[in-house]
Amino acid sequence: MAERKTKRGAQNGIFAVVLIGLVAGMVGLAYASVPLYKLFCQVTGYGGTPKINVVAGPDVGSKAVIEVRFDANTNRDLPWKFKPAQSQMKVRLGEPNLAIYKARNLSQETVSGTAVFNVTPYKVAQYFSKIECFCFSEQTLKAGESADMPVQFFVDPAIFEDPDTKEVRAITLSYTFFRSDEGEKRVLLDAEKTTTKG
Amino acid sequence: MTDATDAHHDHHYPSFFMRWFGSTNHKDIGSLYLILAMVSAVVGGVLSWIIRAELAEPGIQFITDFQIYNSMVTAHGFIMVFFVVMPAMIGGFGNWFVPLMIGAPDMAFPRMNNISFWLLAAGLVLLVIAGLTEGGPGTGWTVYPPLSSIEFHPSAAVDFGILALHLAGASSILGAINLIVTIFNMRAPGMTIHRMPLFVWSILVTAFLLLLAIPVLAGALTMLLTDRNFGTTFFDAGAGGDPVLWQHLFWFFGHPEVYIIIIPAFGIISQIVSTFSQKPVFGYLGMAYAMSAIGVVGFVVWAHHMYTVGFDVNTRAYFTAATMVIAVPTGVKIFSWLATMWGGSIKFEVPMMYALAFIWLFVVGGVTGVTLANASADVVFHDTYFVVAHFHYVMGLSAILAMMAGWYYWVPKMTGRMYPEGLAKLQFWIFVIGINVLFFPQHFSGFAGMPRRIPDYPDAFAGWNYVSSIGSLITIVGTALFFVVLWRTFTSGKKAEANPWGPGATTLEWTVASPAPWHTHEETPDMTGKAPAE
Repeated sequence: MAERKTKRGAQNGIFAVVLIGLVAGMVGLAYASVPLYKLFCQVTGYGGTPKINVVAGPDVGSKAVIEVRFDANTNRDLPWKFKPAQSQMKVRLGEPNLAIYKARNLSQETVSGTAVFNVTPYKVAQYFSKIECFCFSEQTLKAGESADMPVQFFVDPAIFEDPDTKEVRAITLSYTFFRSDEGEKRVLLDAEKTTTKG
Repeated sequence: MTDATDAHHDHHYPSFFMRWFGSTNHKDIGSLYLILAMVSAVVGGVLSWIIRAELAEPGIQFITDFQIYNSMVTAHGFIMVFFVVMPAMIGGFGNWFVPLMIGAPDMAFPRMNNISFWLLAAGLVLLVIAGLTEGGPGTGWTVYPPLSSIEFHPSAAVDFGILALHLAGASSILGAINLIVTIFNMRAPGMTIHRMPLFVWSILVTAFLLLLAIPVLAGALTMLLTDRNFGTTFFDAGAGGDPVLWQHLFWFFGHPEVYIIIIPAFGIISQIVSTFSQKPVFGYLGMAYAMSAIGVVGFVVWAHHMYTVGFDVNTRAYFTAATMVIAVPTGVKIFSWLATMWGGSIKFEVPMMYALAFIWLFVVGGVTGVTLANASADVVFHDTYFVVAHFHYVMGLSAILAMMAGWYYWVPKMTGRMYPEGLAKLQFWIFVIGINVLFFPQHFSGFAGMPRRIPDYPDAFAGWNYVSSIGSLITIVGTALFFVVLWRTFTSGKKAEANPWGPGATTLEWTVASPAPWHTHEETPDMTGKAPAE
C-alpha cells in the first residue's frame, strides 16, 4: 500500500511537470505571436502590409496601368504638417516609381517622427512593393524645417492575374506619422496632469 | 462501500484556523470556493442591479460620473466570470465531487489546492482595490487598448486589475493541474476514462482549456502592464505596435473562457437529467466527446468577437463557418439530454426543474449565437444589447442556473440536510421568471440598435428597458429567496439519507454518508466490471 502510494506520488509529480511545461509553452506562444504575426503579415500581405525592401522585378514592359492614391495623416502629438506632393499617380505595372511626401515642422523645437503605413484594399498589399521609403527609418526635422520625403515603389504585374485582385483599378497608400522622440515622456506628463486635475 | 466504513475513523480534527485557513481537505476547500463565489455573486449582482436601475429610464438617473458607470460594468463582468462562475463550478463543485465521483481519497496535490484558493481570494482583494482607485478601471472586461493604455487610464486602477487577473489566472492554472492529475491518476480501479461520470469529463475538458487559454491571457496582460509602465509598445500603433494584437490575444483566451464557464455546466446538467429521469445518459460517449470537440473547436473561432476590425472576406468566411461548426456538438448535447428524458420516469425535483430551465435558456442563447456567428450580421449587432442578451443567455444565466441546479442537487451531500421543498420551488419560479423578463427584452432593444456600455439611451428604447429593469427587481427577490432557502436548509432542513434521489443517482458520491464524512474513499472502491457511471 505504501509502495503504491509513493509510486502514485511520483507519477503525479511527472504529470504536474508536463502540465506546467504546457503552461510555460502557451505563455511563450503568446509572446511569440508578436514576431510570428509580423512575419505572417509580411509574407502574405495580410492586413494591408506591403512588401518592403525588395528590388524591382524586370520591367516586363506591361502596358497595363493602375492608379495609386496617396494619403497622409499626422498624430495629434506630432506638430508637423505632412502631405503628399501628388494626390495620385498613374503607374505602369512592374515599373519603379517615385512619389514625394512633404513634411514641415511647425514647432519651435527639433522633433522626430516615425511613419506607419498600409495599403488598401488590403488584398492587393502583396502586390505592392516598396523599394525605398522614408518610413523605413526615423525622420527628424529641426524647428521650422521642411523636407521632401520620397518613397520608391512598384506594383507587381501579377495583380492582374490574381482573380481576387484583378478588378482593382486604384490602390491607396496611406501613412500616419507618429512622434517618436520623448513620446513616452509626453504621455506620462499628460497623465500626471490628468491625475492632479482629477 | 457502506456508510459505516467511513464513519468510524478517529481522525484528529485540526483547530478552526488550521481547518479553514490551512486546509488541505478537498471538501473544505470546495466549501471555501463556494462561499467565495456566493459572496462575489452578491457583489456582482448588486452592481448589475445598480446598472439596471440607471437604465430603467432614458436620461441620467443617479450615476453622474460615467467613469464610475464604466467601472461598474467592468467589475460586474470580472467578478461574475472570474470570481463567481469559475470558483463555484471548478473550484467548488469540482473540488467537492471529482474525488468523490472517481473514488479518490482527495486531490492529487492537497497543499497546492489550498494555494489555489488563497491566490483567488488575494485576486479578489486586488480587484476591489482596483475598483477603489481613482474611479476604477472603466475598460470593460475586455480591457482593450488604447482605452486601457496609460494615456486614457493614467491611474493605477488598470494595473491593479491586471494583477488581480494574474492572481486569479495563476489560481486557475494550479487548480487545473491539480484536477487533471487527479482525474488521470487517482481513479478507482475499474473506473476507466470511458466510465467516468460526465461531470468528471466536463471538469477534465475544462481544466485543459484553462491550461491552454489562461497563459495566453497572462502573456497579453503582462504586455499591457509593461506597455503601461515600462515603455514597451506591443499595443501602441505609433511605435510599431498594434492594438488589434490585444484583441487577438484576448479573444484567443476569451473564447475558450466562455467554454470554461459553460462546460462544467454541461457536466452538472448531465448528472441531474440522468438522475431524475432515472436512466443512464443517452449517448454517454457522444456526450463526452462532444464536450471535447467543443473545447478543441473553441480555440479556432476567436476572431468572431472582432469582426469589425477589418478582416478580408476569406478570414470572415472562415471564422463564420468555424463558429457554426460548434452548433453540431452542442446540438448533440441538447438532443442527448432530450433523449435521456424521453421514456424516462421523470421526477420534477428542484434540481431537475433548474436543469430544464438551463436547457431552455441555453437553446435560446445558442440560437442567437448562430445569428451572431454570421460576420455580415454581426457587423450590425456588434456592441448592441443583442450581444448582451445573447451571452447572458448562453453563458451567464445558463451557468447560474446550472450552479443553482448543482447546489440543490448536491446540498444534501454537502450539508447532510434537505432544502425546504416548497420554498425552493417558489425560489425557482421567481428567479427563472425574473431573469427571462430581465434579459429577453434586451434582444429587442439590441435589435433596434441600443448600444452596450452607455448609461443613457434615446427615448425610442425606453419601453423594453423599463421591462428589463422590472425583471431585475424580480431577480432581486429570487436571489434573496435563495439565501432564505440556504438559511432554512442549514437551520431546519430535514436530515438527508446517503442517497436522497433514489435509483437514478448511480455515481459514487451517493455511496458515502450525508453529509460526506471528512475523509472518504480511504478504502478505494472497486469499480471493475461495473457499468459506466452514467
